[in-house]
Amino acid sequence: MSLRASLSTAHGLAVSDLTVSYNRIPALHHIAFEVGCGQCVALLGPNGAGKSTLLKALAGLLPHETGRIAFHGHEVRGATRDFAYLPQREAIDWDFPTTVRGLVEMGRYLRTGWWRSYGREDDQAVDEAIAAMHLEPLAQRQISALSGGQQQRAFLARALAQQAHVFLLDEPFTGLDKPTQDDLKQLLRELRDQGKLIIASHHDLPSVPAIFDQTILLNGELIAAGAVGEVFTDANLRKTYDTPTFAGPAPHHHHHAHD
Amino acid sequence: MDWLTEPFQHEFMRRVFVGGALIGFTGGFLGAFIVLRRLALMADSLSHSLLPGLAVGFMIFGLAPMGLFFGALVAALIVAVGAQLIARSSRLKEDTALGVLYTVAFSLGVVLISFVKVRVSLVHYLFGNILGLSNTDLWMIWGISLVVVPLLAALQRPLLLTLFDPTVAASQGIRVNLLNFVLMIALVLTMIASLQAIGVIMLLGLLIAPAATVYLLCDSYPAMLWGGGLIGMFGSCAGLLVSYRLNLPSGACIVLVLGLIFFAAYLFSPRYGLLRKLRRARHFHEDSLARWEKYDGKKQ
Repeated sequence: MSLRASLSTAHGLAVSDLTVSYNRIPALHHIAFEVGCGQCVALLGPNGAGKSTLLKALAGLLPHETGRIAFHGHEVRGATRDFAYLPQREAIDWDFPTTVRGLVEMGRYLRTGWWRSYGREDDQAVDEAIAAMHLEPLAQRQISALSGGQQQRAFLARALAQQAHVFLLDEPFTGLDKPTQDDLKQLLRELRDQGKLIIASHHDLPSVPAIFDQTILLNGELIAAGAVGEVFTDANLRKTYDTPTFAGPAPHHHHHAHD
Repeated sequence: MDWLTEPFQHEFMRRVFVGGALIGFTGGFLGAFIVLRRLALMADSLSHSLLPGLAVGFMIFGLAPMGLFFGALVAALIVAVGAQLIARSSRLKEDTALGVLYTVAFSLGVVLISFVKVRVSLVHYLFGNILGLSNTDLWMIWGISLVVVPLLAALQRPLLLTLFDPTVAASQGIRVNLLNFVLMIALVLTMIASLQAIGVIMLLGLLIAPAATVYLLCDSYPAMLWGGGLIGMFGSCAGLLVSYRLNLPSGACIVLVLGLIFFAAYLFSPRYGLLRKLRRARHFHEDSLARWEKYDGKKQ
């Protein structure tokens, strides 16, 4: 590795030669990119292009066939507390008996371990996370009594309480109305300015330049990765979206090959 | 008052009440995990699967409690693991696989019991008979309760993360599969402990009615665990008292008391009760219009 490359990865995330397969059919194929901390990164690509797969692989939820993920110059193997994965909202049981505060406290459980009791320091971290996401008036509400945007903020607060450095968000803007999207955009910027790295899969192309600093264009293979100004071009987008996604030699019902 | 205290003057009845209280607490405590993880069908299947294990236990070990214990444990694990295997190796979903396996296992149990030489009554194991509670049974109940409750209480944080969202929990480094396995073992152990008093058919009621009740009352996870335990303990003791007084089957009485408490919560829960939902018919038109007054006021 060149000196230049090792310097740049010392303060960020470096992915090299990453391949993830389902039943030997690659969903991600030899992906390589580098992003520094303090950035908002859009993950773009058609359905079935491997956006969720990349997020899950980064979160340590999927084994990789080849490749390496490094954060701050150290290889990441499996799950780590430095990364927080925020699932799509449909994946959550909103009737679960917990309040907003209870949800944010879950972020501390990993820090406190199984046995150590929950201390003043934890309470303070939870308070700060709730305040940062402007959730104070809602802290005692049951989580189903929140709007979509508030639910996103509650999960971001949990990631903050966990003291994660990398936020992996699956479609955070989907289903939010315009003012709520603007709020979320503002909050993601605040997190970015604190030096967090935010990687979010995203569907709405026109809003990309207003929200994100960097883009990763994905369709099984990496099409392009870099600053929005350089990479978010018509030519790259056409290349990303006009090619059918790869679903293996035979029809395979887990993928959305032809939609 | 005599009506309440008189049963406790018999040493045997004291033993029965201690056993009932322990089973009730352990079952109610465990119930939170079954309700939140949506394992009701799994729990029902496992309880029915205990029967063939008991029958084989009788055949090999006679009435020795340890033989019955291991027979039941093995039978339940075979059904649980078998359903997983069928679900993963075919296009069937797990609930269907479980449904087939446990009814087959239960039928096998009914057939096998009729071949057993020792005189056991099938009805006894189907519907429970706490009057048959021996000293050894009571020791087993103590042992299982003292393993299951402290274990689950110690694991409640990682279990909470797993119950809430297994994917995220795994991404945080929690060993989700191991926890699910521990939960399953705790479930089977608790069932074996409660078998004598409740019987395989009504076991599920003792396990989930208390937790379901608390779920309708509040939004706190610790309250579901400990509250479920307390309701289970109370319902169990009250049911036993009714059963003793009116000379009725113990398992049915316990589940009926728990059912009454559940329906009371379903109707009258201040937060999630049916009556509260029906009562909330007030119109909010004024409140809605007030928003615009404020807006127009700001504009001027």
